[in-house]
Amino acid sequence: MTEQTQSYLFLAVLLGVAVAFPLVMLGLARLWATVYSPAKPGPAKAAPYECGLESTGDAWVQLRSGYYLYAIVFLIFDVEALFLLPFAVAFTSLPVGAFVAILVFLLLLVEGLVWAWQKGVLEWN
Amino acid sequence: MDEGLRSELSKQGVFTTTLQELYNWGRSNSVWPLNFGLACCAIEMIAASMARFDISRFGSEVFRPSPRQADLMIVAGTVTKKMAPLVVRLYNQMPAPKYVIAMGACAISGGPFKQGYNVLKGIDRYLPVDVHIPGCPPRPEALLHALITLQEKMRGEPLAGPAPARHADPAAPGEYPVPAYGPYDLTPAKNEELWRPAPLPRGE
Repeated sequence: MTEQTQSYLFLAVLLGVAVAFPLVMLGLARLWATVYSPAKPGPAKAAPYECGLESTGDAWVQLRSGYYLYAIVFLIFDVEALFLLPFAVAFTSLPVGAFVAILVFLLLLVEGLVWAWQKGVLEWN
Repeated sequence: MDEGLRSELSKQGVFTTTLQELYNWGRSNSVWPLNFGLACCAIEMIAASMARFDISRFGSEVFRPSPRQADLMIVAGTVTKKMAPLVVRLYNQMPAPKYVIAMGACAISGGPFKQGYNVLKGIDRYLPVDVHIPGCPPRPEALLHALITLQEKMRGEPLAGPAPARHADPAAPGEYPVPAYGPYDLTPAKNEELWRPAPLPRGE
């Protein structure tokens, strides 16, 4: 065995320890459970819900798509506010180009809002 | 092991123990209570877990929000008949070994609301209560005392033999029957195997 292979021997040893350690622990726990703690499963113990109440109905609850439309329209205001606050702080020292740029950005967002409004997204039915 | 030999050995710096004592010592010092309160006693339970009374000195500060991770159910407060099935179901969902402390006058007997039509006259009608704490509400020290009493009980529990601990006994029930809402009362009104009314003294 050369010097080269011996320097990597500890990896194999550590791998063995890493595999053996959890196996011994789990085995001891399993042994303890079989000898001293007999398993007593039951319907309440195996129930997935754990708030004291019995679960009712279906887990696949569906929400109306109208909520998502509102959320997307809200995003317009959200993004607008995000940019308007630094814009207002730096307003007096802005060059004309920056002012026009933010106005174009605002108009783009407002155009989206007007389009959605006219399409009747904001009317709840 | 002979007690005399054991104390002789401990004088020489050799400590001996049994597997059962080691196991009981370990689990009695890490009792995890279920994080739920039913009425005003729960405020005292919360106070016991805070810095002034500091339940973590006894290894029980880990209040678990899920019954799957809890060892101890502290029934802290009035158990109404509407809530009783939920309490029993929560107990059933806890993994063994599990223990119950009935905290306060309401949990042990119905307390000042004993005459109420909707109040359960003590949770020991449905659950095997290990420690009862009187008081309305009991002070946090009383809860700590109950915890220490429970720890002493746990340390003395045999794992095998003719009368093993509840969790080590294959004959002991894994789940206790959950009462249902009846037209006037819970059905059944009590678990007959756990609780029987005291006989009335008559004609003496």
